[in-house]
Amino acid sequence: MSVSTIWVHADIATSDGGDVEPTSTTLELLAKASELADSVVAVVGGDGDAVAATLGAHGATKVLATGDLAGRLLGVPVAAAMAEAIAADAPDAIFFATSYDGRDVAGRLSAKLDAPVITNVVELAEADGALQGVEPVFGGVTNVTTRFTGDKPGIFLIRPKSFAPSESPSGAAAPVEALAVPELGAAGGAKVTNVHVEETEGPSLDDAAIVVSGGRGMGDAEKFQAVEDLAKLLGAAPGASRAIVDAGWVPYSYQVGQTGKVVKPDVYIAAGISGATQHLVGMKGAKHIIAINKDAEAPIFSVADLGIVGDVHKVLPQLIEAIRSR
Amino acid sequence: MNVVVCVKQIPDPAEPGALDPETKTLKREGKLILDESDSYGVEMALQLVDAAGEGEVTLLSMAPNEEVAGLRTALAMGAAKAVLVSDPTLSGTDALGTAKVLAAASKRVEGADLILTATESSDGYTGTVPEQLAGLLDLPSVTFAKEVEIADGTVKVRRQTETGYNDVECPLPAVVSVTAGVVEPRYPSFKGIMAAKSKPVDTVTIADLGVEASQVGWAGAGQDIVDVAQAPAREAGEIIEDEGEAFNSVVDYLANLKII
Repeated sequence: MSVSTIWVHADIATSDGGDVEPTSTTLELLAKASELADSVVAVVGGDGDAVAATLGAHGATKVLATGDLAGRLLGVPVAAAMAEAIAADAPDAIFFATSYDGRDVAGRLSAKLDAPVITNVVELAEADGALQGVEPVFGGVTNVTTRFTGDKPGIFLIRPKSFAPSESPSGAAAPVEALAVPELGAAGGAKVTNVHVEETEGPSLDDAAIVVSGGRGMGDAEKFQAVEDLAKLLGAAPGASRAIVDAGWVPYSYQVGQTGKVVKPDVYIAAGISGATQHLVGMKGAKHIIAINKDAEAPIFSVADLGIVGDVHKVLPQLIEAIRSR
Repeated sequence: MNVVVCVKQIPDPAEPGALDPETKTLKREGKLILDESDSYGVEMALQLVDAAGEGEVTLLSMAPNEEVAGLRTALAMGAAKAVLVSDPTLSGTDALGTAKVLAAASKRVEGADLILTATESSDGYTGTVPEQLAGLLDLPSVTFAKEVEIADGTVKVRRQTETGYNDVECPLPAVVSVTAGVVEPRYPSFKGIMAAKSKPVDTVTIADLGVEASQVGWAGAGQDIVDVAQAPAREAGEIIEDEGEAFNSVVDYLANLKII
């Protein structure tokens, strides 16, 4: 037996202008699923027609869409609809992105099907006709490979940027079929009453070639400005560690790490970041890493190609000045 | 307003973690502490009960042993009591098994209006337990809350999204997962620490809860670890002690990459 059908839960993002597009992680999962199985079904919690062309181009052979969910959070309705469809015709595996909605739907579906989830997957491989997931633990120093032992569809929660999206998206638009949402009762009661999109300037963390991040070592919210200045100078996206996002210095959209964005830029500059596991997981895939920190023992230096043991408040202004004067 | 908070006691994250080579389970010897991610839920619960002017906060936790050090920390913050599911069969339990145990244990708490969790634990970080728990209890849920408010039998949540936030309304009873930073956790006072020593911890086994052993531990996890390998390490880089000129090395490095 080999893997014949994989479902991919498609996260759909709405832009400022109201356009809907599958997220970059969704396209990555579709590319990997197409590599592993002939039949790749994209599952959409919402309108399928608007995204069928993109999903098809990136490898989906069919789209299952619930249609409008009247503002409901996706977890309950999409998992209930998927569970009913699975009872009739089960896939071998279901891929979810490690995203807010991806985790919600995967968790609900796991409870519905009484099927476990393999989480934080960064690599997938087929062995003896079944999929195995590779999960990094302890901040990425150890890789654990896990397989399911039961006969239920394997639910995999996959980290962003684990796979490359299709280089030449050329598939035909995928045909859209309705995915019926059953009666949900009180459990389906959570509804969105207001959507707020934060305004951003410059390149986004997701696709910036250069990222400049600051951490607790920057001292305070005002001094974080030096990170913004350097980022602007280099055409980079500014980022941050969880510590200073929690402290409220910068918005959550800056956060790089396990619970924030996973980035893989050409160059990552970490200023005043010690390099907690939580952070390293989000940036150690960068091609070149430069770290500036006053503590020579900071874990960030274990992944740095160039490490400066020094005071960020001295080194950063000097660096900015030197780049400006070139 | 009765709030249940699911909390996890974990090995100190400051110590490097290790897998037992025999069982491939995270080593949990030595002292366990309250997962810092859970301190936000505890604080949020205390504030909600305070705002309501009545009710109490109950902790829910599970462990393969009778460790209570982490629970005492949360009790010292102000939680009234705890239910600890302590059973050696729990070693190796996966996220779904954990949710089954917590769901069963939550039924020991009468009249719970709200169940709070962290978004993920700091040691396992699967991030699926909140929704699995809500699913098993057939309750509505809101995940990734950065603000929580209760009004008229409804919980109003500002929910984190990739691009900003959504405001979400959800009827009670419900499960809500809170992000780190939702509120600033208080430090236990001396009085709180003393009082915590005599607060009730209802210690039960999975048999007491009617959960079968086949649902928990490695047997219940429905998965096998087939390989544990060292990840390829990055090559050691150049480390320079700044004596006033180190910024030049960064300039040269960036210039070399044709970035500047």
